[in-house]
Amino acid sequence: MDEIDQQLLTITQQGIPLTSTPYHDLGQQIGIDGEEIIERLKKLKNNGYIRRIGGIFSSKRLGYISTLVAMEVSEDRFYEVAKIINSYLGVTHNYRRNHSYNLWFTLIAPSQQRLAVILKEIKEKTGITRMIELPAERFFKLAVKLELDNRGD
Amino acid sequence: MLDKLDQEIIKLLQENIPLAEQPYMILANQLGITEEELLKRLNKYKEEGILRRVAVILNHREAGFKANGMVAWLVSKDKREEVAKILARHSATTHVYQRPTYPDWPYSLFSMLHGQSQAEVEEIVQELSELTGIDDYQILYSTEELKKTSMKYFIEEQ
Repeated sequence: MDEIDQQLLTITQQGIPLTSTPYHDLGQQIGIDGEEIIERLKKLKNNGYIRRIGGIFSSKRLGYISTLVAMEVSEDRFYEVAKIINSYLGVTHNYRRNHSYNLWFTLIAPSQQRLAVILKEIKEKTGITRMIELPAERFFKLAVKLELDNRGD
Repeated sequence: MLDKLDQEIIKLLQENIPLAEQPYMILANQLGITEEELLKRLNKYKEEGILRRVAVILNHREAGFKANGMVAWLVSKDKREEVAKILARHSATTHVYQRPTYPDWPYSLFSMLHGQSQAEVEEIVQELSELTGIDDYQILYSTEELKKTSMKYFIEEQ
């Protein structure tokens, strides 16, 4: 990844224009040819730096409900439980974390009712009893980018 | 209200847009509408806040952010607002949320930090602790990624 790639990633994380020729228009802003932007993005995607180039939607504005769930899962059942949880389409993130609540996942569902049904199913299927729901009650900041320009490597 | 076409557009846009000179033209052709109509609708979603943006989404670990620390802070109600603002202002912070508490989980403010190492995250947390005066917190590292994907809307669940 060179400096131009870093600059390109910093800018394209903030947004790609909703215009007929978005890469060309971005190129005008940073002084690179649109064709080169396309080639660089293709390469960054193939190398695994980019996960996706597409629309980021507000689940709330689409009428969806989301929550964060923390669970305590014993080590011998950890992957079995994770597999059950991951089978749900609405589970978008699932991580092991260093706490007695060692499994944390986010769940998005089309309604509060559907969300409750999924959580009940997860409880039944996994038999896990120590579980807390942590839906966001208030949101203070959503930065749209990380500064890539100051990376150490 | 979103009509059937809106749902089809969202289903396409939540995947990847083509890396081509006129990506929306290609998508419009797939949808059987004009590029102009598609761009008009996308700009409308943007205005309404349905579409946050069309953008590049990084694999953070690949891109050099190796430590992803979720820090949960124990903050009294009267200080919450002030502390949240200090946390949100820091350049390493990407999200700050207030969440419910439980007897065994008294931490109400969550901030997400991305750093290049756990040492860097710990340094930032120390700095934030001094700035906020909050010294009871939990740093929860994601030590293993079990699933990470983007939500797929308007697709029948299981």
